Amino acid sequence: MNKDRKTNLISFLIILFGFILTTGLVAFRVIDEYTAQILTIGGINVIIALGLNLISGFTGQLALGHAGFMAVGAYTTAALIMKLNVPIFPAILAGGLVSAVFGLLIGLPALRLHGDYLAIVTLGFGEIIRVIMVNLSDITGGPAGLKGIPPFTTNFFWRPVLSFALVYIFLVLVIIILNNLINSSPGRAIISIREDEIAANAMGINVFYFKIFAFTLSAFIAGLGGGIYAPFFGYLNPNMFNFQKSVEFLIIVVLGGMGNITGTVLAGFGLTYLQEILRFLKDYRLVIYPLILVLMMLFQPAGLMGFFGNKGFSLTRFVREFNPKKIFRMKNPGKAGEK
Amino acid sequence: MLKVKNLNVYYGNIHALHNISFEVNEGEIVTLIGANGAGKTTTLHSISRLIPIESGEVEFLGHTLQTLWPHNIVELGLIQVPEGRRIFSNLTVKENLEMGAFIRKDREQIKKDYEMIFTRFPRLKERLRQMAGTLSGGEQQMLAIARALMSKPKLLLLDEPSMGLAPLLVKEIFSIIQEINKAGTTVLLVEQNAHLALSVADRAYVLETGRIVTQGSAKALASSEDVRKAYLGG
Amino acid sequence: MGVIQQILQQTLNGLALGGIYALLALGYTMVYGIVKLINFAHGDILMLGAFAGYFVLNYFGVTPGTLVLSFIISMPVCAIIGILIEKICYKPLRDSPRINALITAIGVSLFLENGARVLPVIGPNPRVFPTLPSVTHNLFGLGISRVQILVFIITIGLMIILNYIVNYTKIGRAMRAVSFDQGASSLMGINVDRVISFTFALGSALAAAAGILFASSYPQVEPYMGIMPGLKAFIAAVMGGIGSIPGAMLGGFILGVAETLTKGFISSQLADAFAFGFLIIILVVKPTGILGKPVGEKV
Repeated sequence: MNKDRKTNLISFLIILFGFILTTGLVAFRVIDEYTAQILTIGGINVIIALGLNLISGFTGQLALGHAGFMAVGAYTTAALIMKLNVPIFPAILAGGLVSAVFGLLIGLPALRLHGDYLAIVTLGFGEIIRVIMVNLSDITGGPAGLKGIPPFTTNFFWRPVLSFALVYIFLVLVIIILNNLINSSPGRAIISIREDEIAANAMGINVFYFKIFAFTLSAFIAGLGGGIYAPFFGYLNPNMFNFQKSVEFLIIVVLGGMGNITGTVLAGFGLTYLQEILRFLKDYRLVIYPLILVLMMLFQPAGLMGFFGNKGFSLTRFVREFNPKKIFRMKNPGKAGEK
Repeated sequence: MLKVKNLNVYYGNIHALHNISFEVNEGEIVTLIGANGAGKTTTLHSISRLIPIESGEVEFLGHTLQTLWPHNIVELGLIQVPEGRRIFSNLTVKENLEMGAFIRKDREQIKKDYEMIFTRFPRLKERLRQMAGTLSGGEQQMLAIARALMSKPKLLLLDEPSMGLAPLLVKEIFSIIQEINKAGTTVLLVEQNAHLALSVADRAYVLETGRIVTQGSAKALASSEDVRKAYLGG
Repeated sequence: MGVIQQILQQTLNGLALGGIYALLALGYTMVYGIVKLINFAHGDILMLGAFAGYFVLNYFGVTPGTLVLSFIISMPVCAIIGILIEKICYKPLRDSPRINALITAIGVSLFLENGARVLPVIGPNPRVFPTLPSVTHNLFGLGISRVQILVFIITIGLMIILNYIVNYTKIGRAMRAVSFDQGASSLMGINVDRVISFTFALGSALAAAAGILFASSYPQVEPYMGIMPGLKAFIAAVMGGIGSIPGAMLGGFILGVAETLTKGFISSQLADAFAFGFLIIILVVKPTGILGKPVGEKV
């Protein structure tokens, strides 16, 4: 069996095992409903943070408005379900698509220039979209919020199981898409932009095109996250999607390591859980978060996963190399990393 | 005056300078010649502390330069005219000269030095209020040298002063360099144009892929068979 | 009041507001010019400056004298804070990828905002900023308040001083030299770190003054008050051509007038959205700004 197929098989087994284990644990209430809810929120956070990682971590362009894209996805999905009775799956996809359109519209002017402009334009977008949500009260319920978004199921027993399973499936899909993208030739083009934009340009890579592509896909993923969030949470309010929220996604990406998918997943779940534990800190949390950002950038810019070596940590690789036979046969395990 | 001992410099994993040692004595014009990429500019940059050195020592007038900041080195009387001139195009010619005198506090003397500069570079006087970016290549090189002179250096490092200039201008620049030397400034000259460099220098060192391969008086090197073949076109 | 008079009145109000944006935009543009970093924390310096002024005026009471004192205290305080931020947070990242410095800047910004929020002496709730009793004078049939007159005097005065520093002093020339070529500047004996510190100090002092003026105009202070003016000042800096000092002044006034006209005649809720619309339009039509020079990225 060649290495790629083996890698794929291991990944698939991890995914399947994780799915059965976690949904099973939720179904049998080994994981209680409260924890399941945190896991679900964590999964949504991870999805959006992965989207952010694509543009900021892999492409190297700072985006600060992912709460805005999440809002677009959430309100679109909610409106489609409530006003037009669209089924949940297409409604979530539509949320992602509408968000992607916004991403394209913002990216076209902002990404023509230096990366810094994207930061400020997305920051502005994140704030403006909130103002618009407040004023579009026909669709969004205005500042009071939008109540009564129908959930995935009204069955009391199945609701947490289904919510979690759905998030899990979307999360896996996003990871697969990103992983394949990054290891493809467009993915390498994207990473080369991060490493050296001028050199990438000189090598004939259409930097603008790939930036737009990455940013639009990033907005799409964030929109998906918002789309799942709407029926899961059942209530939307423009102030949920403030700048603070965008920064939370950024912290996940930074903690996990920019350009590290496994890192984002672990940091996303970890931070979501930590948030629940740290509730007693109240407003002091708001000081700790930015402190984390600054300290990470100053002392550990590769993220917490960076402690596992400069290549970053990968669960698949970890499992593959854990196979004693494999280690035994391989003379140079250091080369077993990413293709 | 300037003593470089066993200098080693790395760019990442690339060993750019291998155990380079040389000396510049007061009043001399010393030249480092060598092909593109031999390590000439790297040597100058490590003397001026623009890049870190791995090991070795650079001593100037009894001061160890590794422990100093780039701006301290200028205060000691060592200034560099960098490759590609690097004048401040967004400043006027006058302001560029003032930046050269940045570390000096003796206003009266500075005023006199302007006059000295203007007699040596009359064309700069005509263009005093002009933005430096609008000058021609030759004028920019003159401005770069004049700017460095405004710091009243004891040792002037010149990196490729002939680069991109017409032959006639190159001649002019080199005669100016000789004049400056006669007026009491020691010169360390880095040049690709070995013929020209050897014609004005007292002593020379030949750099090849980060090592000093030959040294001696400029006259001797200019007539040496190996140097002629490698650098003087036969 | 006729329409034309209303337009003139709003323009006057806009110029006063724009003066504040201009002061803030100057800091963005100078810092960007010298270290090529969008200093997201710059708007929060405005907040800190406003609070410094608030404490001075609260302690001594409001008289014209203490008002001057509030500037004299607040500006150096913020200058020092600006220097500290640069030394601790930005300087170690000067050779890192640009995005790392930007993320740090965001972190610093949030730290200042939320830090002020949890600080007992400041707290999350808005406080009334002490002002002199408001008096409105008549200027050719238009109303001009005492605060607006103060804004005009201070902003124009500070701009003249800044212009003098940048164009006619040694440190000002060094600022321009360093913003053009740091390496060549240090070869000339310029202490680049000190010039960068000075630039942050200058920008932060201007932001502090803008903070007192902004707080006097509304009149209140709260931890998040710097966000919107910060963003708008950045837009003003981009509009004028980032890195260009006259551009930042011009951009500030234009944005101020555009905002009051939008508020007065279109929609007050959407005025902020229009500001960003402005930014997008500039980026599409003339990304180098009105007074900016077309500069390619340095290779």
